[in-house]
Amino acid sequence: MKRYLTKHEARKVDSLYRDDKGKEKWSLVDKLLLGLSPRDYLAQAVRNPFNWILAMIFAVGLPLIAGRFIFGLSFVTHSSNDYPWGLFLAFGLFTMVPLSASGFMLGTTVEIFGRHDFEPIERLALLNGLLGYFFAVVYLLVDLGQPWRLPYPMVVSFGTAAVLFLVAWHVATYLSVQVAEVSVSFFEWMNWPKAKRFIRKMAIGLTVSGIILSTLHQGALGALFTYAPGKVHPLWYSASFQWIHFFCSSIPAGLCMVIAVSTVVKKTMAWRCDRNFLDNLDKLTIGLAKGASLALVTYLAIKVIGIAHDNEWAYLVTGWGLWFMVEIFLGVILPIGLFAYAIRHNKPGLVRFTAFLTIFGIVLNRINTALIAFNWKLYQEIPHWREVIICITLFAVYIVTYRFILYRLPILYSWKAEPALAEELAEEKVHYPGGAPAVEMYRTMDN
Amino acid sequence: MKGISRRRFLAASLAGGAATTLTLSKKAFATGTFEGYPEGMGVLVDLTRCVGCRSCEAACNKEQNLPAPAVPFDDKSVFDQTGHGGQKRRPDENAYTVVNRYEPKGAGGPVYRKVQCNHCNEPACLTSCFVSAYSKTKEGAVVYNSKVCVGCRNCMIACPFQVPGYSYSSAFDPVIKKCIFCYDTRLKNGKPPACVESCPQGVMTFGHRKELIKIGHERIKARPDRYIDHVYGETEVGGTGWMYLSSVPFDQVGFDTTMGKEPIISNVKDFLGTVPMVLAIWPALFTGFHLLATGKKEHHDEDQSHAAEEEAEK
Repeated sequence: MKRYLTKHEARKVDSLYRDDKGKEKWSLVDKLLLGLSPRDYLAQAVRNPFNWILAMIFAVGLPLIAGRFIFGLSFVTHSSNDYPWGLFLAFGLFTMVPLSASGFMLGTTVEIFGRHDFEPIERLALLNGLLGYFFAVVYLLVDLGQPWRLPYPMVVSFGTAAVLFLVAWHVATYLSVQVAEVSVSFFEWMNWPKAKRFIRKMAIGLTVSGIILSTLHQGALGALFTYAPGKVHPLWYSASFQWIHFFCSSIPAGLCMVIAVSTVVKKTMAWRCDRNFLDNLDKLTIGLAKGASLALVTYLAIKVIGIAHDNEWAYLVTGWGLWFMVEIFLGVILPIGLFAYAIRHNKPGLVRFTAFLTIFGIVLNRINTALIAFNWKLYQEIPHWREVIICITLFAVYIVTYRFILYRLPILYSWKAEPALAEELAEEKVHYPGGAPAVEMYRTMDN
Repeated sequence: MKGISRRRFLAASLAGGAATTLTLSKKAFATGTFEGYPEGMGVLVDLTRCVGCRSCEAACNKEQNLPAPAVPFDDKSVFDQTGHGGQKRRPDENAYTVVNRYEPKGAGGPVYRKVQCNHCNEPACLTSCFVSAYSKTKEGAVVYNSKVCVGCRNCMIACPFQVPGYSYSSAFDPVIKKCIFCYDTRLKNGKPPACVESCPQGVMTFGHRKELIKIGHERIKARPDRYIDHVYGETEVGGTGWMYLSSVPFDQVGFDTTMGKEPIISNVKDFLGTVPMVLAIWPALFTGFHLLATGKKEHHDEDQSHAAEEEAEK
């Protein structure tokens, strides 16, 4: 590695030009290969042990996914008529969607409330939203019996009174909104300023439609379970409040996901982040935690109201009640306490740990509702091992896609306009007085 | 489908924000519960007469051209079979109806119960389907168009009786499979379904639903010692086309007795009602927030300029 690093006088691709004077432009291939030669790019990819783990997951998982489409769902699931929705939807759809609420949360913070101090992390939140939704749809495509008919509710036959109809339309529309929001970074990277300006002009409209669509389909995912009043355990079910339980809990889910992803990013790809991102991250993490705490407290309150409204207190002293309280304690009450302490004493590290804990709580809640507490009067379904592996494989594809985009598009760093270029170069020399910035960059990238 | 005005109003209310106010005002007049088509047919199943011969299963298999069963229809060992999760047999892609044996305490012998689609007045499967594949015919059958089925299996989630099955084994054309009341071949022409006709014990009585309710109560009145005083399906989840009489409490022979009288869609109404409200109120609410939060500042197209401005203010 050292050999080609010293040989290679690479700069980070973070502006239009590859040289200091602004004459020679990066080609598209340069941009895709992060400014490295194909050979060097391959060399650094092979050296990364994480890629080997991914390769092993794909080696097992991709053939199984192929098998699902060749032999049908019965090849990878238990073909249960009692549990028509298995892990693909419990994890892939019902969990990925709330974890992707980050896009509309940060969009609202920055664009609607004008909190531009959250800008360094806004794009990460938008991308997290887009990818989460996109992969929720990917999970859905694996689960649907006839995925090629996915456009049917849009063009062929309209079941307009169905909650799922609303989910389908809103997720499709919201995906387009999020593509538009994230495209700003892509247009900068491609150097298409007109396209960027066009989208930026729509920012408020896009953000507001994002809020509307998110409110409704986050809630609608909960409302889907109101079709099964006798099947979902009463503690996880509320005819009146199910949708608002799902919507409210998506807020800490989305915010904590941004904290979690930014933590991973800071640890694994600090080379790609600019000073604006790295220097502000601790402060922003605390800020996000404040929002998440408020939402968690509200969520706890409306969960208790849900139990009181349907008078379900007696269930709390059963085994199901114990499991319910485990979920609420680990995923809601403990995070509220830890967040409060961490915010009060300004401990971003503890905030990050708590964010992961909150995410665990949300995942547990969605899997409880869709799988564990579903058919509580019948029996508990344990997913087929192939179903589990496919879920892990799709998640690995999600991570690879996420990383691919973060490495390239100006999400974690600002794309430098020309006049700023020289200024930044001078600044960078101050930061790295000893050596070339590029060497520093690849050293961090390796670790 | 045509006659169910409330469903259409709900449908319209979801269609979008533009028609919001109009549909809301209409919906207010349409909150009653649909009680089934006046000429809707049904079947009254008298569990006290069933001997578990499985003739109905065989007749259904033949009428619907289903694959030959692994165990012949005259083999009673199937009553000891348990399916996925240790459950008793249930309808699936290969059998639209099954008979199960129960041995309730104090009944003095086994009780057999036939399971098939109950053909609800206001079917949960129909209301949950996002491609509108299901319809309730005026004859009372709940049928479906498998040509538009996407395979989301929401109807299976929604059905309170766990009836629809899915042809999971098919890779390229998996669809929902369930009893259709022999609609295409018989009911449409006024004939009873194959299972009813095949029964040697006269367990099933085919007729107008309204008449069947009367017959059911008459039988209970005539032999109060023999029957539990309840016609299962008369009121359950808004009423069903197929109804049951039993000599033992219904929950001892596999019936869910906790589902209440409201159709499933009533649970979903709270949410459906909020949809047009959110569509109508949120745009102004959040645009208003934006104006309040940023009113005095100038608008900028570029993110960087905002940041610079913030810096300058400090």
